[in-house]
Amino acid sequence: MDAFILQILNGLDKGSAYALIALGLTLIFGTLGVVNFAHGALFMIGAFVAVTVSRILSISMVVEDPTKTDFLGNPAKISTPYVEEWFGPTIGAGILDWAVPISIIIAIPIMIVIGVIMERGLIQHFYKRPHADQILVTFGLAIVLQEVIKYFYGANPIPTPAPAAFIGSFDFGAMIGFDPNTIIYPYWRLVYFAFSAIIIAVVFAFLQFTTFGMVVRAGMADRETVGLLGINIDKRFTMMFGLAAAVAGLAGVMYAPINSPNYHMGMDFLVLSFIVVVVGGMGSLGGAVLAGFLLGILESFASMSAVIELIPGINQVIIYLVAIIILLTRPRGLLGRKGVMED
Amino acid sequence: MSKKITRRGVLAVTAGAGAALAMPTIFDGSVWADGHSGFTNAPQGDTVTLGFNVPQTGPYADEGADELRAYELAVEHLNGGGDGGMMSTFSSKKLQGNGILGKKVEYVTGDTQTKSDAARASAKSMIEKDGAVMVTGGSSSGVAVAVQALCQEAGIIFMAGLTHSNDTTGKDKRANGFRHFFNSYMSGAALAPVLAANYGTDRKAYHLTADYNWGYTTEEAVRSSTEAMGWETVNAVKTPLASTDFSSYIAPVLNSGADVLVLNHYGGNMVNSLTNAVQFGLRDKSINNKNFEIIVPLYSRLMAKGAGANVKGIFGSTNWHWSLQDEGSKAFVKSFGTKYGFPPSQAAHTCYVQAMLYADAVERAGSFNPCAVVEALEGFEFDGMGNGPTLYRAEDHQCFKDVLVVKGKENPDSEFDLLEIVEVTPAEKVTYAADHPQFAGGQLGTCNPGA
Repeated sequence: MDAFILQILNGLDKGSAYALIALGLTLIFGTLGVVNFAHGALFMIGAFVAVTVSRILSISMVVEDPTKTDFLGNPAKISTPYVEEWFGPTIGAGILDWAVPISIIIAIPIMIVIGVIMERGLIQHFYKRPHADQILVTFGLAIVLQEVIKYFYGANPIPTPAPAAFIGSFDFGAMIGFDPNTIIYPYWRLVYFAFSAIIIAVVFAFLQFTTFGMVVRAGMADRETVGLLGINIDKRFTMMFGLAAAVAGLAGVMYAPINSPNYHMGMDFLVLSFIVVVVGGMGSLGGAVLAGFLLGILESFASMSAVIELIPGINQVIIYLVAIIILLTRPRGLLGRKGVMED
Repeated sequence: MSKKITRRGVLAVTAGAGAALAMPTIFDGSVWADGHSGFTNAPQGDTVTLGFNVPQTGPYADEGADELRAYELAVEHLNGGGDGGMMSTFSSKKLQGNGILGKKVEYVTGDTQTKSDAARASAKSMIEKDGAVMVTGGSSSGVAVAVQALCQEAGIIFMAGLTHSNDTTGKDKRANGFRHFFNSYMSGAALAPVLAANYGTDRKAYHLTADYNWGYTTEEAVRSSTEAMGWETVNAVKTPLASTDFSSYIAPVLNSGADVLVLNHYGGNMVNSLTNAVQFGLRDKSINNKNFEIIVPLYSRLMAKGAGANVKGIFGSTNWHWSLQDEGSKAFVKSFGTKYGFPPSQAAHTCYVQAMLYADAVERAGSFNPCAVVEALEGFEFDGMGNGPTLYRAEDHQCFKDVLVVKGKENPDSEFDLLEIVEVTPAEKVTYAADHPQFAGGQLGTCNPGA
């Protein structure tokens, strides 16, 4: 039982990342009809916004300390971050410690701008082209973006820790009556799950309860009719691309402390996120979220050593296996709409 | 009637005189002195081309970039530039800074992408198109094994870069291939006594192992060494190489009764699994009335940087570290640090040494012929290259030298100061028989000069 709860918890944070990326993907597909293979790169850029903010906050005043030497025997250079100079050691260190949460505020406008530039500058020229062309161009764009990141940040992962207050784990098992150490869960993963739930709720509320959202939903259902009513639906859809980019970016920012960001992290999530979208149903926002969590939890269960012993290699294929079963039994995915990608 | 002096006649007399002069030294390799042809890519003219096959793209690109820096430095030193680096501390004094056998050293580079097929393609191109007489480099055992086999077929010497799997000089060894870097067995043998001294002999270990060749040999080596000193292995789980999040593998560890987690992971796998393990608070727990401990059998400073503060206090092993204070290491760190502004990695060190060892072997053999180089390297004993007295064993072409046991530093002084050396395990403690079961299954074969 404890192992069961443990894997559900583990699946929640992985599922959160899948759900956030898949939400943006399906939003773009539902509005613009574009299969965006560059969406994983947006997740990766989000994580690197956290790295960049952390580095900017760490910009330091460098002074030579003649009492110490560096590896070549020259006087050592001692760095003191400017934020510690300006705000004092305590507040300065606090700002540096909270670099990842601070990055959230900065990431939102940056990601929206990147999304809008991406859509206006490149992707809009492929709306009327076949899906194969869209996949090729967005996949190419993803490779370009990751190579740009690698050029500036290198190929190695870059540690981007969570605030000290969220480092470590709590004993969830002991809280619900199990033996100590049977179910432990890191604080930051809990934060990640809660953050994802809030973002998903905000996106749904935005689409459900605002006039803008209503128009977008109407456009998703029947773009032509909304256009005939004199509404500039293209402009709204561009903004939705920006919103989807921001959602992926925020998912990346908050994921940075879980696994040190590297230039390839977007690709690692992209394929699985596409499967999440397909399993959830192309264009279905609810389906993307549901499938994200479902596949995240299933992947965790398949990684249990007892399961691997029973069916060797299941941890590597479980998601694809479930995708095949669901698509055979429900060709439109879990919550897929009729008519989407069926013309 | 006087005999007419012909070109053929002069050549015959010269060749005869040359053979007579070579006779006293026939047993020390100079038999190859006239052998500048009859093998693949025999250097013509006044230059010789070496092929540096390193990961320039992909996840190990930073390690590859450091390897390339080391090779460029080695070429500079071989051609008489810079401060000469370890040439001044190397026990063999054949290298004079005038190239190799008087030929200026030039080089071409290839990108292995840390993929066996890409590495073979780039090595093939360097051999067939660029005329490389030796190929060296790499940051992965899969790549090393693949390129080594290609070089054997082509009649080219392969001086392996960073490759730690037992198989490179075990079941996949080849006569034309040589490894300076240490291996999984040596990591296990060096680590076990240090772990026993620090954590006791009554421990229960849980292994997470990267699901590929290097992971298997490392798990086998560490398990064998730790079980021999009394540890029990409670579980060993294979993790897919493509894994980025190890939480579902790490979460059950505490509940397994284990009080030690061994991460048989390298590169991005190591960074992520170690970060995940620390996030789960494993190191703050007490199991079986003992502090829970984590071990990383193969450390790399470049990779440790990615794990940040998570490496603090964690034991592992390494081939070389820039903080060593022997004359060879100091010379190399000074040379590399002055040129590039930061200390070299262990990958850079092993690549630099391999380039120097090859050049020296050619000088001692008096020929670029791969069979002459093999003969010069087999059984070669040297010192002054940063690892103490070292032997290139003839039976398997593996270097035997001291191995470093290191620990993540608690209070680093700089961004490079991540690991501290806790023990220099002498070579004899990590030496094994050539037919040891962990290395069984392959044949070295005979050298292939190609052409």
